[in-house]
Amino acid sequence: MANQLHVEVVAVEEKVWVGEAEMLVARTTEGEIGVLPNHAPLLGLLKEPSQVRVKLAGGDQLTYDVAGGFLSIDANGVTILAESATPATPESR
Amino acid sequence: MAAGQVSALRRRIRTVKSTKKITKAQELVATSRIAKAQERVNASRPYSLAITKVLGALASNASVDNPLLTARERVQRAGVLLITSDRGLAGAYNANAIRTAEQLIAELKADGKEVALYIVGRKGFGYYTFRNRPVAASWTGFSERPTFADAKRIGDGLIEGFQAGSATEGTFGPEGIEGVDELHIVSTEFKSLMTQQANAKPLAPVAVESPEEEKSSEPKASYEFEPDADELLDALLPKYLNTRIYAALLDSAASESASRRRAMKSASDNADDLLKRYTREMNSARQAAITQEISEIVGGANALAAAGSDV
Repeated sequence: MANQLHVEVVAVEEKVWVGEAEMLVARTTEGEIGVLPNHAPLLGLLKEPSQVRVKLAGGDQLTYDVAGGFLSIDANGVTILAESATPATPESR
Repeated sequence: MAAGQVSALRRRIRTVKSTKKITKAQELVATSRIAKAQERVNASRPYSLAITKVLGALASNASVDNPLLTARERVQRAGVLLITSDRGLAGAYNANAIRTAEQLIAELKADGKEVALYIVGRKGFGYYTFRNRPVAASWTGFSERPTFADAKRIGDGLIEGFQAGSATEGTFGPEGIEGVDELHIVSTEFKSLMTQQANAKPLAPVAVESPEEEKSSEPKASYEFEPDADELLDALLPKYLNTRIYAALLDSAASESASRRRAMKSASDNADDLLKRYTREMNSARQAAITQEISEIVGGANALAAAGSDV
């Protein structure tokens, strides 16, 4: 588990998902960003509305619809802060 | 009249019993609500910790001339957001919150500031409208289970009003909030099941609260920003304020339930005492009536027997 990315998806009312992933893809107001383990510290404002994709080891992928979201990367991993984060429906994918 | 006394007592016992049913039910409902409210307080904590941390990192990087961060030189009108409950039967909960707000308002007025009052909860709203005092805006219907959408609705209007300041004419948000130079919030802090403390805190201009965690020994990471720090701060501060309002609403909801539970528990206990007393009184009144009847019968029979033996 050496090179795993610690991901936390936190909505205001609850913690949505916490776990280890291979990569996280999100879209900030500036453009799309892919985050791999050991990324430099970064704060980003997510585009409105946008989706966050969490790529898990083994090829699985979690997708969340995020509103009012932020992205914070520090030494401990990535935190997605959102006013609401819901698992994406197949249609919105 | 002995028989009349017995039936009167019986009636009172019935009344107390049905009152007790209500208070007992309220107590149980409040107890389960406390647990739920606390769960929600805990569920909201990761976000508020994270946003506080992010804001701390940002504030040290961005220029500090953001209007939400700087205190106004001249404060003409101050806004006070008071959080009360929608329903009564919660002991001193609302009275304490209102008293704290009144103190704050008196202080603000002593400083020569106008006060605009914003109220959450029917009880607080009723208190001020009954006294014909102006309420700038009010929100009701969610005091026991506030959602973030409620907090956001309140916060967005207040923030707009604050950003405009009292110098700007006109109103903001769907509730028609006037511009203010300061914002305060009066809410009730849930300390424990037995203690809830109403207190007033400044809301804006924002003083970033340092996170509860220990000041981390790890060196401060130098962040990159996307977009730049100032723009991020603009977007983040309103969210931070909304989070503060949401936290205050949740804390107050937990306090409300705790306060109601305690009030209803003492009402139920009191009903128990009354029941015991009335039952004793009724029994002794009944016994007295029976004793009297027996002695009347015995006396009558003796009188008859005495009369009969004469014949």
